[in-house]
Amino acid sequence: MIHSLFLVNASGDIFLEKHWKSVVSRSVCDYFFEAQERATEPENVPPVIPTPHHYLISVLRHRIYFVAVIQSEVPPLFVIEFLHRVVDTFQDYFGVCTEAAIKDNVVVVYELLEEMLDNGFPLATESNILKELIKPPTILRTMVNTITGSTNVGEQLPTGQLSVVPWRRTGVKYTNNEAYFDVVEEIDAIIDKSGSTITAEIQGVIDACVKLTGMPDLTLSFMNPRLLDDVSFHPCVRFKRWEAERILSFIPPDGNFRLLSYHVSSQNLVAIPVYVKHNITFREGSSQGRFDLTLGPKQTMGKAVESVLVSSQLPRGVLNANLNPSQGTYTFDPVTKMLSWDVGKINPQKLPSLKGTMSLQAGASKPDENPSINIQFKIQQMAISGLKVNRLDMYGEKYKPFKGIKYMTKAGKFQVRT
Amino acid sequence: MSCATSDLEVQEEEEEEGGGGDHEERAHLEEGGGGGGSFQTQPLRHDDLKEMLDSNKDSLKLEAMKRIVAMIARGKNASDLFPAVVKNVACKNIEVKKLVYVYLVRYAEEQQDLALLSISTFQRGLKDPNQLIRASALRVLSSIRVTIIVPIMMLAIKEAASDMSPYVRKTAAHAIPKLYSLDPEQKDQLIEVIEKLLADKTTLVAGSVVMAFEEVCPERIDLIHKNYRKLCNLLIDVEEWGQVVIINMLTRYARTQFLNPNINESLLEEGSGGDKTFYGSDEDEDEDEEEKEKNAEAPAMAKRKPYVMDPDHRLLLRNTKPLLQSRNAAVVMAVAQLYFHLAPKAEVGVIAKALVRLLRSHSEVQYVVLQNVATMTIKRRGMFEPYLKSFYIRSTDPTQIKVLKLEVLTNLANETNISTILREFQTYIKSMDKDFVAATIQAIGRCATNIGEVRDTCLNGLVQLLSNRDELVVAESVVVIKKLLQMQPEKHSDIIKHMAKLTDNIQVPMARASILWLIGEYCEHVPKIAPDVLRKMAKSFTNEEDIVKLQIINLAAKLYLTNSKQTKLLTQYVLNLAKYDQNYDIRDRARFIRQLIVPTEKSGALSKYAKKLFLALKPAPVLESPFKDRDHFQLGSLSHLLNAKAGGYQELPDWPEAAPDPSVRNVEVKDSVPEWTKCSSREKRKEKKVEKPFYSDSEGESGPTESADSESDSASGSESGSGSEESGSGSESVESEEGSESEEEEEDEEEKNKKKKKKELKKPVQESESEQSSEEEERKPERKSKQRKSDSESESDEEESESESSQSESEDSESEAEIKKKKKAAESKPPTKPVKKENKKEKKEMSLLDLDDFEPAPSPQVTPVNTFLSNSLVTDLEGLSLSDTVLSPATIAPSSALKNYELLHRITGEGLSVEYCFSRQPFSPDANMVAVQMQFTNNATSDTKNLHMEDVKLQSGMRVKEFPEIELLPAGETAAAVMGIDFCDSTQAANFQLCTHTKKFFVSIQPPVGELMRPIFLTENEFKKEQGQLMGMNEITEKLTLDAKCRNEHAIVQRVTTAANLSRVPCGSDKECSPPVPPPDHPIHRFAGRTVTSSSLVLVTVATKEEGAAQLTVNCEKMLIGTMLVKDILLALTQ
Repeated sequence: MIHSLFLVNASGDIFLEKHWKSVVSRSVCDYFFEAQERATEPENVPPVIPTPHHYLISVLRHRIYFVAVIQSEVPPLFVIEFLHRVVDTFQDYFGVCTEAAIKDNVVVVYELLEEMLDNGFPLATESNILKELIKPPTILRTMVNTITGSTNVGEQLPTGQLSVVPWRRTGVKYTNNEAYFDVVEEIDAIIDKSGSTITAEIQGVIDACVKLTGMPDLTLSFMNPRLLDDVSFHPCVRFKRWEAERILSFIPPDGNFRLLSYHVSSQNLVAIPVYVKHNITFREGSSQGRFDLTLGPKQTMGKAVESVLVSSQLPRGVLNANLNPSQGTYTFDPVTKMLSWDVGKINPQKLPSLKGTMSLQAGASKPDENPSINIQFKIQQMAISGLKVNRLDMYGEKYKPFKGIKYMTKAGKFQVRT
Repeated sequence: MSCATSDLEVQEEEEEEGGGGDHEERAHLEEGGGGGGSFQTQPLRHDDLKEMLDSNKDSLKLEAMKRIVAMIARGKNASDLFPAVVKNVACKNIEVKKLVYVYLVRYAEEQQDLALLSISTFQRGLKDPNQLIRASALRVLSSIRVTIIVPIMMLAIKEAASDMSPYVRKTAAHAIPKLYSLDPEQKDQLIEVIEKLLADKTTLVAGSVVMAFEEVCPERIDLIHKNYRKLCNLLIDVEEWGQVVIINMLTRYARTQFLNPNINESLLEEGSGGDKTFYGSDEDEDEDEEEKEKNAEAPAMAKRKPYVMDPDHRLLLRNTKPLLQSRNAAVVMAVAQLYFHLAPKAEVGVIAKALVRLLRSHSEVQYVVLQNVATMTIKRRGMFEPYLKSFYIRSTDPTQIKVLKLEVLTNLANETNISTILREFQTYIKSMDKDFVAATIQAIGRCATNIGEVRDTCLNGLVQLLSNRDELVVAESVVVIKKLLQMQPEKHSDIIKHMAKLTDNIQVPMARASILWLIGEYCEHVPKIAPDVLRKMAKSFTNEEDIVKLQIINLAAKLYLTNSKQTKLLTQYVLNLAKYDQNYDIRDRARFIRQLIVPTEKSGALSKYAKKLFLALKPAPVLESPFKDRDHFQLGSLSHLLNAKAGGYQELPDWPEAAPDPSVRNVEVKDSVPEWTKCSSREKRKEKKVEKPFYSDSEGESGPTESADSESDSASGSESGSGSEESGSGSESVESEEGSESEEEEEDEEEKNKKKKKKELKKPVQESESEQSSEEEERKPERKSKQRKSDSESESDEEESESESSQSESEDSESEAEIKKKKKAAESKPPTKPVKKENKKEKKEMSLLDLDDFEPAPSPQVTPVNTFLSNSLVTDLEGLSLSDTVLSPATIAPSSALKNYELLHRITGEGLSVEYCFSRQPFSPDANMVAVQMQFTNNATSDTKNLHMEDVKLQSGMRVKEFPEIELLPAGETAAAVMGIDFCDSTQAANFQLCTHTKKFFVSIQPPVGELMRPIFLTENEFKKEQGQLMGMNEITEKLTLDAKCRNEHAIVQRVTTAANLSRVPCGSDKECSPPVPPPDHPIHRFAGRTVTSSSLVLVTVATKEEGAAQLTVNCEKMLIGTMLVKDILLALTQ
């Protein structure tokens, strides 16, 4: 399956290579670099590139290309999904997945890659098993290791691999037993010029951080499970139980994991929490354009809209923008033509606005396209779909865990066309 | 220093041993020896590293190995360190060892001889008592790509394939493709190993071995037959990567083994060149429909048979469906392609939602999913139509995603949604991303060709775009307009005029060329403008691009032919210019055209036809999706994505004309199926009993039961659970597991032998029937066991209900046992709890092997049913006839003998639970039917209305008398009804839907063989006479040892009558004749009955002998029934 893996940074250097079968020369990446040059944007490099003898399947994350070399037929998603899993694992281990982090921990990275694939076929991808095999580096451990010469590799053998609950370590112990669940919903929307909603949908996830001793068996039920239209589960969730009772029943992995992601059924009308008044015009003949943007809250159920960030890709003809924000700060990058405005919190009494002029290339005709505006925001303590967790029960262990649940709504791909 | 030198010597020796001994290497070594102690210098030289590796300190070794690994990672050559590294292969420090392995695997291929030094270490590792060490040794050994050790690898793989640890077996499966790629000669031997591992019953191995199968021998589809059902059932518990591989393989398998579920439809499609359904507008489609009706060839229609889906085909679809909910995009895609290629058209729709969900994922995932969706939308547009808006494009999407979404939107366009789609397209045209705008214009063109109604709108829109400032946009529009105009040029001369004007402004060569071609082609529509355009072009000829020049010549030629008066001179001029052009193509063209159109003396022949040549009607181009016909590649595959066959791609075979023999998938019941059931259950519980299989917990643990269950579990510790579970199965340690496994195998062996004997017995005569029945028998336990493992969709409820009742393996057995325990306590029989449970468990496990579970129904709900029923007449009779000694009529047919089966569990039934039992009363409306007593309980909070049955699916000959509709079943209430089923003396299940006013549940009733008969009264003499006529093939005799608790007359009678609806033949005759004689020590018990449908006699004799030995004889015309009955009674008596 996966023959080799090359890690390529933004400047086109291969800074790590790993081979699971016989060695493939790194010159195979030349085909990738060619494709990279052809693509105007980094994300436009085709994920699958055929070469005379191999196929290159790549993913781009954190400005690093993970290029897998394939020799024969394999489902491309299989490789892509695996590569993303590798990135997730690195992130889990090192906190960030940057070139520097990988270079600093190159031995751990190599050990991980060795365990994750055997002969190109995934072997252990579950983070809990990997952590049993290879301890994640911490500052303290790194120091101790350098002094005492002890190791990152787990001393005991990884029994987790043999378990039927491969996602959970055995013998977990905590003094404070806690289980936290974050219900995070994202609104994907396209709002058209006139302010009407073209499409809007809510996608949500439940991220959990469970630190419980032993082998707890949890059930989580919702007040209104009917809202959930389409769901995908962490493998620990018992599907049958969900089908029958709409209850999430599971033995949780240890630590952080994504329990559930869901899609709220499209019959429910989506409340759009913000509105945008915009007036972006370019006049024919003049080298000036007007930019006028006002944000306001709408259908937020009394909750404050926070961390608002507006960004817009202005037309290429715009040389500079001279704007005046009523609150927050804005930046305009004259190279990428990216305007971003960090608004902060929306005060319903005094709506934030950004007004001013844009200067255009002298003599150029007015750009005929209008920029679309992307908005990010957060609303705490509210799930916009109205989803509510009813209760969380634990079986199988005797202690009383501390349980917490948090709701949040965020903008996903929230776009306003002008 | 001296230490270092001695090490050095060792090294040299080793080198010589390995035969490597190249001088360069040694030179390095000497250097290293000389410059000892200088390893602080940065960066470390190889010799310093060697020295560190030679040191005694693990920390130094580790440091050196880390640096070496970092070198490998950067792609630096570290091969000359091989001798120094390989020495450390036996190092005690785990991390050093691991890093040495990493190094070895990387460089062994280059340094084959030296690598051999490490082999003995691994061979030792292969014998280690710890399974993880064995596995890791095999893993590294098989990763070393050294041809010389192929025999060693082969041996190691073979050994590991029969290792007791599933993890080692998994590693063996991984090693197979490694060895195969190293030495393809080994294929045959490896196939043997694969075959063996395919039969493995653990989820751990399944994915890996199928992977090996796909790499080594994907063509040996016959190896899958026996494992097909097992793989389907295990699928949900296999790790996600294995699931992908298995699903892809099963897709191919199903294509070779089952019939096309859309067979009728595809016949029709072929009848009228099917693809029009997409490209034609819907009007056309309607026409097509009619056409189809007419056209469909008569033989094709005649060939059409009612399609019945193979149950195995259904099994696959059912067991893969829940995986659509996987978090792993590859699994979801695999299921989606399986459904696309295998499911009946009506069911494919379920995958749409899951695929749309994947669009939220990373852009690479989106890219692949959209490619597949694009292909699917061509064949099955309706599926994605509800999700149209999910394909709307955002300005932030990468261009390649935008283009793919556009493709999907175009494919989805029809006249109902075209207006919305076009409105969307209008916004896209304003995008800054010009490549995307160009793609949008082409998409508009395609919509216009496909949907007649909007052709004019689109054309107008495109014409407006001609005044766009962006040249690319205009150019693309011109090209598309050209294509559209070709369809109906006569209507659009004004557009042509408009375009003619554009020649002044547009500079993009392709667009100019298109306009010129248009004017030339339709010059008769614009007779005044055309010459003028030519005039302008002639002026600028020398400055034009090549393709434009060619079109100018073209235009000139066409005008010359139609309007030579005005354009003769211009044409001459243009041709003269072309004659001296730099490009030889243009010179050639000019010469060629001149010869054709300007008649000279020499070349008159062709010029006659010039008009025909130039002014022929050209067919309109077909604008079609690049994704058309891509579905001949298996979706989700690399080949599909690239639209080219990738190496190693396995063609998706066409459906077979006739289904191959489905019986190849049958598995010996006792041989494998129950074994893996047990085995996997053991796997599952091995660790801790709270660990439950992935997804598939059984329903039993739900609701209040669960909480009670698990609480008590935790209170009493795990001892009770494991105690009950571990009766004869492995504990945590592998060794003991192994021991029990072998025991079991022995048992199984015996049972298998028995079974074989029996089979031999019946086969010669009624081959077909017996086969069918054995298949039935075999399937049933398998289904039962599956329940725990797989979660099946609601359609599978039929089986669930069965398994619910008799099925015991999984968690609910605990709760069940709990209930029983309480019950027993109430009956004031206080045995020690664990023992009690263990017994139960044992019984249950045994019963799993067979059709029926003879344990009296434990559930407390039994009581209401039984009060409702009266004991049958026959049991009364029996009581009378046996008035004398041991038996009292009250106990002879205890009411609890009526076993309750579950038809619908309250969870699957969403609050409605249904139980049924065979009431053993004659069914009054039809004497040939078996009466089935159903009891409905509404556990939901709302009322259930209009409870009735629908859609009865029966084997031929079977009939059903439906129970009267229950109008209203209030919440919490219970109702009863009786239905009759004529099973035709077979144990085929009756499948039907149980409908309420809102829901439908698929359920099935499958009778144990003992319920297919009704008791008759015979005297002993009559019995003997009848028996005398049913000898030979109609008699089946089996020896048995009676269960310790079942040696008295009462118990025997009770057990037999429970197992089968028979009446006892009064056998006291000899006693009656001579009362003084004490009852014989070894009485013979006789039972008689007739089958319900065909009234064939069923005679059962149990002759007891010394010490619980006994002989069971069954005489029955229907041998099939006889065989099954023997088994059931045998089980009842030996338990």
